[in-house]
Amino acid sequence: MAKFDLAIGIGGAAGQGIATPGDILARIFVRRGLHLNAYNAYQSIIRGGHIFLTLRTSEQPVLSMGDKLDVLLPLNQDSMDRHLKLMSAGAAVLYNGDKIKPGTAADGVQLCSFSVKELAPNIKGDLVQNTIALGALLRLIGVEFKPLEEILTIQFKRKGAAVIAENLGVARAGYDYATAHFKPFPFSLPDTGKKFAFFEGNQALAMGGAAAGVRFYCAYPMSPATGVLHWMARHGRELGIMVRQVEDEIGVINMAIGAAHAGCRAMCATSGGGFALMSEALGSAAMMEIPVVCIDVQRAGPATGVPTKTEQGDLWQVMGAGQGDYPRIIVAPTTITDCFKTVPELFNLVDKFQCPGIILSDLLLSEGRSSVDPSELDFNVPIDRGEIIGLNGDGPPANAYQRYKLSESGISPRALPGTPGYIHVVATDEHDEDGVLISDEFTNPHKRQAMHEKRMRKMEGILSLLEPPKIFGPGNAQVTLLGWGSTQGVIREALEKLAEAGIVANHLQIKWLVPLHSEAIQSIISQSKKLIIVENNYSGQFARYLRSETGIVAAGHVRKYDGEPFMPHHIVDGVKAILAGASQKYVPVHEVMV
Amino acid sequence: MSLPMMKEESKSRSVEAKREGPKLTVKDFKGRVDPDWCPGCGDFGLLAALKQALVELELQPHEVLTVSGIGCSSNLPGYVNAYGMHTLHGRAVAVATGAQLANHKLKVIVTGGDGDGYGIGGNHFLHTMRRNVDLTYLVMDNQIYGLTTGQISPTSIKGMKTKSTPFGSVENPINPIPLAIAAGATYVARGFTGQVKQLVELIKGGIRHRGFSLIDVFSPCVTYNNDNSHEFFKARVKKLEEMGHDPTNFHAAIDKAYLWGDAIPIGLFWKRTDLPSLDELEPVLAEGGPLAHRPLGVSPEAAKALIQVLM
Ligand SMILES: Cc1ncc(C[n+]2csc(CCOP(=O)(O)OP(=O)(O)O)c2C)c(N)n1
Ligand code: SF4
Repeated sequence: MAKFDLAIGIGGAAGQGIATPGDILARIFVRRGLHLNAYNAYQSIIRGGHIFLTLRTSEQPVLSMGDKLDVLLPLNQDSMDRHLKLMSAGAAVLYNGDKIKPGTAADGVQLCSFSVKELAPNIKGDLVQNTIALGALLRLIGVEFKPLEEILTIQFKRKGAAVIAENLGVARAGYDYATAHFKPFPFSLPDTGKKFAFFEGNQALAMGGAAAGVRFYCAYPMSPATGVLHWMARHGRELGIMVRQVEDEIGVINMAIGAAHAGCRAMCATSGGGFALMSEALGSAAMMEIPVVCIDVQRAGPATGVPTKTEQGDLWQVMGAGQGDYPRIIVAPTTITDCFKTVPELFNLVDKFQCPGIILSDLLLSEGRSSVDPSELDFNVPIDRGEIIGLNGDGPPANAYQRYKLSESGISPRALPGTPGYIHVVATDEHDEDGVLISDEFTNPHKRQAMHEKRMRKMEGILSLLEPPKIFGPGNAQVTLLGWGSTQGVIREALEKLAEAGIVANHLQIKWLVPLHSEAIQSIISQSKKLIIVENNYSGQFARYLRSETGIVAAGHVRKYDGEPFMPHHIVDGVKAILAGASQKYVPVHEVMV
Repeated sequence: MSLPMMKEESKSRSVEAKREGPKLTVKDFKGRVDPDWCPGCGDFGLLAALKQALVELELQPHEVLTVSGIGCSSNLPGYVNAYGMHTLHGRAVAVATGAQLANHKLKVIVTGGDGDGYGIGGNHFLHTMRRNVDLTYLVMDNQIYGLTTGQISPTSIKGMKTKSTPFGSVENPINPIPLAIAAGATYVARGFTGQVKQLVELIKGGIRHRGFSLIDVFSPCVTYNNDNSHEFFKARVKKLEEMGHDPTNFHAAIDKAYLWGDAIPIGLFWKRTDLPSLDELEPVLAEGGPLAHRPLGVSPEAAKALIQVLM
């Protein structure tokens, strides 16, 4: 193995306790300073169905779930039947032979059967097979027993010494059985001497909010965004963040707007369906000029769609949310760590420009997990609340304050309710500089135009503060792959694989979607020989957006909309097919039924 | 990372501390523009009563936040010299909840119409009462959609002919009073814009009350509702205080709320003071003053602990 790169699949039914061995392995990896990427394929069911967790670890950053599995831990027959065929020479399958029968495996696949009855005759319950398998697996990948012992001890601390001892005994039995009966991998799990952490995208978003100084968080539960609510609810009290579960998403966004107007940094998160309910209010935040941040964690739509599956299908929804034109910022973080960093950046922008900001995440990022160097989790971020006046008690001359004073930047200083001397009314109706309505009795086309232009001028200021996208990879590439948001990692990995196949490709990933750095993109693409756009949706939502903003028409498209994320080979196959002239649009078929 | 300005400022701005200013009059609460309501609209009466109540409560304009939705009645914040938010149709109560929790020192008064509050905003209305958010909600109930030029509203009486029911409405109206009592509102009253003096007292009581106060106010629409006019109510309203009603008697309150016909009760139906409001129940607000004025960010120790659990 040139580069250490290990992928483990754990499969079973919901309720079989897949998360625990997954967590334990993840902890063991990051504590050895190894990078990690985990993706859990699951269904909207509490018990049953089929869950498949892929954990991949390496000394280098792990960019995606990858293309192959080295170890399979099937916890039931179903999982064995679905995945055994994917295992190739050198791989190992660990399973409870009492209950699970392998089919025919490819040559060179080691079938490691153990017997729960034999190894843990006196212990009841299904979970025991997980612990045995875990012990055996660690032995196969050359890990001493100690790290497992440490983590099991922490894991079962609350359940008391007897439970700890029982689990350690079972794990040990699996470990020793593997020593005696299975052939270990030709490597030992490295230890880089560093110590990493690992977290889920939703945790990253929530922690980013905490770092940004969010004081008010509200939500209505909706997969795959609920993790943000759960983190906030868990930590809100200790961090001084008010957390509310609201009656519906219309209430959520409006409540957040109310809190934001009163002076809190306010945030909410939902998925596409909830976001749809928020549309009108997002426009109202722009109209009243109130900064608020809303996260849309995309799942496969339309309608209820596939609640537990990923997609990048809400781009046009968020771009078009609400009636009329209004300033908004839309950003799609590119990695889980980027989720953490993006939230404070966005808050500074929305505070400065007094408009709504939208974060487009998706299930892949939000429920995916990744290692992170703790030094990257800097909570001491710069905070810029923009122009808020009257805080020192220095009131203006009576009635001189104009909430919506016309300005070149489009920004008018705001005053928080409660401040003496700055009385004003904010309105969702069109209004003049004083905030007085010009929508009913005294419509005034000139004032309307001026106020509309004032608001929209903010977009220029915002664009000037956004980092333009940069090309990654060789300048003289045959092909440029363009993606946005969560697909960054898998496209980078596809690039490496293309290089191995003799295809020189480079990569442009777009994070800041609105406003768009059209000119920078145009100048980059003008250098590129062939443009292929990769996106996790049916209609090429970004491709259509790019064409509308820049006139650029891509030569090829790789699209996936079956609910599962791209694997690197899907992109590689697509690029090859497009370069060979076989098609302009390549839609991979997901090989595994998960 | 903190906002030092905001921190200092929070000390100097508590509502309790603000009693030293000159005594204000109704004129001081006059907004930047005059109402554009039709001459004779009931909403004028509510506006006058509200301003009078604010004066009598000795509140300063900056201590008050009025929040409305959309409708003729929802234009009210623009007519009052106080902080205001003229939000979307039906959303005032949700916005107001956010603002009240973000700064629980503000007196937050929600105003709007029956369509706005009981129709499109019905879900927020229900849950805000259940939560007992410290808001005073004044509904100018004209039993019609005024701003959209006369269609039935959730409180329109059965049989009412409007532009959307030219042959008479076949639907039953809701009665907001028992609805509010059942849903958990802790101060529930009905007023009439033809009885401004009583209305002032009801509004003052609502603002003083810690918790959710609903004051449903008959506020006749002179343009689109000929059935429920000033004269109609004037001939029928009867003050609860004169009927010997005890507003702490739950069953009596419900019974009185259903009276409709020759005698329609107005006044305070229901009040309970034993339930804390949401902000009082919220541990995050227990100390440190309004959330909106607190320094931002996470302490280094807290940050360390958050990262530690991920390792
Ligand atoms: C989402 C939405 N739907 C519809 C409207 C149109 N609309 C404005 S006010 C109103 C009803 C007004 O009735 P009510 O709330 O009772 O207030 P009134 O005008 O009678 O005071 C409607 C339907 C709107 N502004 N927004
Ligand atoms: S239409 Fe009716 S509710 Fe609206 S202002 Fe005129 S009288 Fe008042």
